[in-house]
Amino acid sequence: MSRLQVVSGKGGTGKTTVAAALALALATEGKRTLLVEVEGRQGIAQLFETEALPYEERKIAVAPGGGEVYALAIDPELALLDYLQMFYKLGSAGRALKKLGAVDFATTIAPGLRDVLLTGKACEAVRRKDKRGRYAYDCVIMDAPPTGRITRFLNVNDEVAGLAKIGPIHNQAQAVMRVLKSPETDVHLVTLLEEMPVQETVDGIAELRAAGLPVGRVIVNMVRPALLDEADLELGLERTPRTAIAKTLAAAGLGGARGAAGRLVDPLLAQAAEYAERYALEGAQRAVLGEHGLPLHELPLLADGLDLGGLYELATELRQQGVS
Amino acid sequence: MSLDPAGDPLDVDALLDDPKTRIVVCCGSGGVGKTTTAAALGLRAAERGRTVVVLTIDPARRLAQSMGIDSLDNVPRRVKDVQGAGELHAMMLDMKRTFDEIVEAHADADRARAILSNPFYQSLSAGFAGTQEYMAMEKLGQLRSRDEWDLIVVDTPPSRSALDFLDAPKRLGSFLDGKLIRLLMAPAKVGGRAGMKFLNVGMSMMTGALGKLLGGQLLRDVQTFVAAMDTMFGGFRKRADATYRLLQAPGTAFLVVASPERDALREAAYFVERLAADDMPLAGLVLNRVHGSGAAELSAERALAAAEGLEEEVAESRGAKAAAGSGADAGGAVEENLGAGGIVDQEGGNVGLRNSSESEAPNSPEAIGTSPSTKDDDSGASVEQLTAGLLRLHAERMRLLARERHTRDRFTALHPEVAVAEVAALPGDVHDLDGLRAIGERLAAATGDHA
Repeated sequence: MSRLQVVSGKGGTGKTTVAAALALALATEGKRTLLVEVEGRQGIAQLFETEALPYEERKIAVAPGGGEVYALAIDPELALLDYLQMFYKLGSAGRALKKLGAVDFATTIAPGLRDVLLTGKACEAVRRKDKRGRYAYDCVIMDAPPTGRITRFLNVNDEVAGLAKIGPIHNQAQAVMRVLKSPETDVHLVTLLEEMPVQETVDGIAELRAAGLPVGRVIVNMVRPALLDEADLELGLERTPRTAIAKTLAAAGLGGARGAAGRLVDPLLAQAAEYAERYALEGAQRAVLGEHGLPLHELPLLADGLDLGGLYELATELRQQGVS
Repeated sequence: MSLDPAGDPLDVDALLDDPKTRIVVCCGSGGVGKTTTAAALGLRAAERGRTVVVLTIDPARRLAQSMGIDSLDNVPRRVKDVQGAGELHAMMLDMKRTFDEIVEAHADADRARAILSNPFYQSLSAGFAGTQEYMAMEKLGQLRSRDEWDLIVVDTPPSRSALDFLDAPKRLGSFLDGKLIRLLMAPAKVGGRAGMKFLNVGMSMMTGALGKLLGGQLLRDVQTFVAAMDTMFGGFRKRADATYRLLQAPGTAFLVVASPERDALREAAYFVERLAADDMPLAGLVLNRVHGSGAAELSAERALAAAEGLEEEVAESRGAKAAAGSGADAGGAVEENLGAGGIVDQEGGNVGLRNSSESEAPNSPEAIGTSPSTKDDDSGASVEQLTAGLLRLHAERMRLLARERHTRDRFTALHPEVAVAEVAALPGDVHDLDGLRAIGERLAAATGDHA
């Protein structure tokens, strides 16, 4: 199991949900887990139905196996002051820099520095040890920026190390890259079985690999249940007379074969045709994802929308699939 | 035919046809079809006679291809096969190129060379996230001032801070007015200014701290960069301010794009509030991928009950024919499955899921209640099974509809003032102009005349 698991995915694929479910699954194995949010969205607080997370590591769930999930929403500005304090003992100078607008500069005008702070803080949590020399967290899960930005986001420290060729920033940047490129890290990509997210996932895998970043698993989210199989679709759409379906609907008590039940036939078949189109498309996308030699997992679409109970269900699903 | 329209419908065609509409900005969270919406709006406006340019930020390759352009770049390219009198041009923001152009246009040759070769500049312009927002703003201003198009449709960056582009001028302003920039410039300006002497003590202490932090060489790079950019910053800020005012002007219309899902609509509400706070003119909400049903009069519950009835009959008749009770077991499995919302007890499904790297569909036979082979020798039952399948499919659709309606209603309760255009979901993806055209039609069809 990797100690830093980065979860990315195209917008709208549910990467925050998958990251949270993964953290819960690991906690169920008895692991002490930190779930890190970097985009200021407060998605974790919403998922766990708690108030907005502050910039501090806070316990948000205890899993059945006794493991705990802590969460941290990284605030870039506070992280910068933290960072100045921790690495450079610049407490008062840090405050002075803030007065001068340097913190604004670092966190907004030059947002690349924001990425440095976010990745730096996450790696710090990965490396942190307690007094007895044990790791503070068994595992850190990062709800990361979307696939389109992930490689640049994780690689920002390489760029910084190139810019600042010596000095503490250089050393810090290199230390972060060592964690990110080590076997201790895995970058998972969340996708849907649709063309654009799959294409983005495939591009993301290539970019991450080209940058020397370790790609972990591909997790297909929101997979719809299979309600009709291919034989049914072929039979229904091509061979079965409409009148036979109308009669069967009538026999099931849905009105007369020439009346209410009969009127259902066309719309029901139209829905089946849409389903068939989608089904074929999903099969093709699944095949595309299978070409990259990565473990592939699927999580079901939760019929009643996502709530805390649903999150635990997804965590169980991930454990059963051997992800945690 | 789909959801009952809530609130006022958004009249997309009226918006696109109005010659006073000069800029349409599509914003919204990632994955809601923002770029596709922008392209579809652009095509529809062009085919209704306008001369349009669509500025996309980071389009999927397939979307560029759907407009017949293999790779979009920083120059507007005319899209072929547009029907009607208008024209459609499409481009993709290249932030580094845009930044370079600004430098080349506003600095003399020597200074431009110095800036372009500065390592800090190279990282800032190419690599760092956030530059995109500034450059999108800059590019929009450029397109508008060229006045070659009577309508500009803009897609926005896919970050959470998608409204960063609204903040760009303000941030830049506070940065330029701030002390930091003077601090960074200090070493270059120190000599000879008596009035600065007092300040300089503090400043050299600060540059010392910065030097310690950044390493002397990086600090020098930053300082040369800031010094070289100094003269340009003012112009940049002026243009950003002008673009900001342009966005507030009556010729601009913001469309917030969302899908009928909780997170997307929560973001949409945030955008609506943020736009109002900045006095930006909101035209309405585009709600993509809304599902409908032609058989909405049949409820999920009735459809499921009828499906179960049919499946029982199948099981009974099979039980009568063959002595084996496997059919009845399968029927039972179906009930369990759907009773739990089709999620939990998917033993059969899970086997498929785990093996899905073999690329076979995770298709649990239990979900149908039979296997294809039994159908062949029992064609009487297969119509019933098929019909039961159709009914289950319908039940799933009706549940989805209810969930979408509920999510949308929560948004409209919060923002009843926002006009909404609902775009019916397409089963597949967009591959060509016809696909974009179909989306445009669906966008416009949201205008009230569907019952």
